[in-house]
Amino acid sequence: MELKDRLRNVAVVGAAGKMGSGISLLLAEQLAFAALEDRAGTYVLSLIDISDQGLQGLVRYIREQIGKTAERQINRLRSLYAERADLVENGEMIAEFVHEALLHVRTGKSLDVAKDALLVFEAAFEKDELKIDLFKKLADGCGSATFFLTNTSAIPIGFLGRESGLEGRIVGYHFYNPPAVQKLVELIAPSQCSPGLEAMAGELARLLGKTIIPANDIAGFIGNGHFMRDGLHGLAEADRLADDLGWAESVWAVDRVSRDWLLRPMGIFQLIDYVGVDVFQLILSVMRRHIPAPELHSDLVDLYLELGVKGGQTSSGAQKDGFFRYEKGRPVAVFDPNRREYVPCEPDGWCKAVEARLGPHPDPAMSWKALQRDRDKDAKMRTYFAHLKETDTLGAELARRYAAASRAAAERLVEMGVARRPEDVNSVLTLGFFHLYGPINDLM
Amino acid sequence: MKPLRKPVFLAAGAYTMSMGTGRKEFDPKKSRPGLEYYINEAVRAVLAQIPNPDVVDEGVIANFMAARFNRQGNLASLLAAAHPALRYKPMVRVEGACGTGGLGLATGIKTVLAEAADVVLVLGVEVQNTVKAIYGADILAGAGHYASERKVGHAYFFPNKFSERAGAYYERYGAERTRKAMAAWYANAVENARLNPLAQEFHNTSPDLVKVGMTKPDAASFTEHLNVFDCSKVSDGAAAVLVCSEEGLARLGVGRDAAVQVAGYGQVVDDLVQAPPDLTALTTSRKAVEAALGQAGIGVQDVAVFEVHDCFTITGILSMEALGLANPGEGPDLVSGGAMKRGGAYPTNTSGGLVGYGHPTGASGVRMAVDLWKQLIGRGEGFQVAVQKPHGLLISMGGNDKTVVSLVVRK
Repeated sequence: MELKDRLRNVAVVGAAGKMGSGISLLLAEQLAFAALEDRAGTYVLSLIDISDQGLQGLVRYIREQIGKTAERQINRLRSLYAERADLVENGEMIAEFVHEALLHVRTGKSLDVAKDALLVFEAAFEKDELKIDLFKKLADGCGSATFFLTNTSAIPIGFLGRESGLEGRIVGYHFYNPPAVQKLVELIAPSQCSPGLEAMAGELARLLGKTIIPANDIAGFIGNGHFMRDGLHGLAEADRLADDLGWAESVWAVDRVSRDWLLRPMGIFQLIDYVGVDVFQLILSVMRRHIPAPELHSDLVDLYLELGVKGGQTSSGAQKDGFFRYEKGRPVAVFDPNRREYVPCEPDGWCKAVEARLGPHPDPAMSWKALQRDRDKDAKMRTYFAHLKETDTLGAELARRYAAASRAAAERLVEMGVARRPEDVNSVLTLGFFHLYGPINDLM
Repeated sequence: MKPLRKPVFLAAGAYTMSMGTGRKEFDPKKSRPGLEYYINEAVRAVLAQIPNPDVVDEGVIANFMAARFNRQGNLASLLAAAHPALRYKPMVRVEGACGTGGLGLATGIKTVLAEAADVVLVLGVEVQNTVKAIYGADILAGAGHYASERKVGHAYFFPNKFSERAGAYYERYGAERTRKAMAAWYANAVENARLNPLAQEFHNTSPDLVKVGMTKPDAASFTEHLNVFDCSKVSDGAAAVLVCSEEGLARLGVGRDAAVQVAGYGQVVDDLVQAPPDLTALTTSRKAVEAALGQAGIGVQDVAVFEVHDCFTITGILSMEALGLANPGEGPDLVSGGAMKRGGAYPTNTSGGLVGYGHPTGASGVRMAVDLWKQLIGRGEGFQVAVQKPHGLLISMGGNDKTVVSLVVRK
């Protein structure tokens, strides 16, 4: 069966979550355009989740976002609706497109809704038992030709397939957050995967405008394989510096260096907060369960969670408090587990003292934001890192240690066979994490 | 061509800020003042210049599409809401697409010539940021022939109409030199707007405007030959001026030196349903200019300052040819040579024009008249140019060169 036939009936399980809603939107758009170009066909997108409230919010989100897509693609819409005499204005065509897109969508809380699906996406919480339970039920309910794409970021896909009886019909399809925007999809084809499924997954990615990076089926894959080790390095560095600087100070210092000195979009602790401290811990535990890597553990993370510090985002997308407390998305205080409270950042007080300890930034004009759209960024980064290499400050030393640890983590992924080549790790970091450069480089 | 049967003057002009993208105050996500605010602001600014607002006999409100942008009709009486002195007096609304403001001026002039009134308040207004540009394009498409053109037209209907004109001009006279002149026009518009605190591009600090103007057009997302910088802005704003007889001017109490006299005007339309006879020329504008200059009894070389309807940069270049300042095909050389700049031979759109000040459609023609008035009586402030000759000329153009008014005023 060809991809275009499979797209006639698609289901998303866990559709109302952060990842599921983005995947649902991408598919809703795809089906809407497919239906316009193939008027004889019927198209169904079944969106399944556990709460009515979540599903209603999901439909609202899809409606709003498809309206924006239609506005951006108005030239395409005008030509697709050329024969519709009743649709004259941009506004009429956009409204009609949104209306038609939602005609394909049906929502439900039962997996029965997915029984006719030819393509099932799953985006449930990253828990072995939960995913296995869902896939077992789907295996029973769906036809034998159905393919399954799981948005899994750490659990080995072959394991999920074996446990649920879907061997050969399941592939890892790891989107990055937010799926509607991020260009990267990590494709994990387990050893038993049918060649047809792997090829179809690649074709689908092209249709969705995504770039596929293949990863081998080893827990954590490339994205989390690097992120977990990168985060653990940050935690270890903060811990190492804490005796001297104090805890809040060292968290602040490591976050600042990992963002501003390394020219990354976010500091490591802000990134962990963004993902969720709880999710960080969960991924570590998943990886430990599936690969012999006892070092993938952090007492500090466990302590934070015991104290109820979880990070992550609210349903409206606002950042919840984690390593930092946030106001309008910006860190304003650092959590101190000893004092069990947030220590407010004092720009003219202790922050300034830490700043003085780190020493001046090697080149304040260089930042992720400034370089992001700079066509000469490669040359500028080369100069910057050459200078950083020679700089004798605490900040520069931390940055060098950080870059070296990041590189070691990346090289480990290649050695372990998680990534097929160094370039794939670099691509995951640049596409999925918006880094300006890959960890395996000759910049330093 | 007969001169005007009696003297007519313009005085006490004013216009509001042009609000929209580019202004730091503009936030598309926040609610903004509506039609009433801009009408009131412009009326207030005009009436503040005269001791007794009761001297206003009549009013003309020029507006293109409030019925769609603001869901408001019956604008004549909305004008009266701006000041108690306007109640129980004759008011009328006129419409002629983007040339609406010019029609407002012509209507005010005729009312005075007809001796129906001695002081006519002419106000132009448009509030367009009520919808996103993609939906505004539908509304503005009403300036073309909707029944025959909209369905087959481009998503960005009018930008594409003038992209087609640019394409035809490229073909006949050369793409590269025209493109460069379009960028020069853009750069000059923004440079002038930086001198006008009310202009939408006043806050523009781009260091290399010509480079910005040369941005390669993207047909997939916009049009084939125009980039977004070639386009006038989506704007909210209003402009107003008093059109007076000699008696009216005396009643205003502002003095002859604070007024300009209407030397002549040309008001011309062409058949909306037919395609323009020549995509590389503004044929109707040319006729309106000839009529205005003819009535004034002067040649274009007697004009010190110009206001032209640069809804797009290419239209600015075509306007210079319609004015007779350059032969067909030579507009780009004139513009690239800087003739339209403040220090050039023909200072044009000295306060920013439609590209730099902004284009609240119904208000633009009136705003142009106010700027000519400012320049000729020396109230141009930051954008004042040295005026060596007595005349100013404007072209207010509606649709694809369909409804045009040209006005010549003198000190």
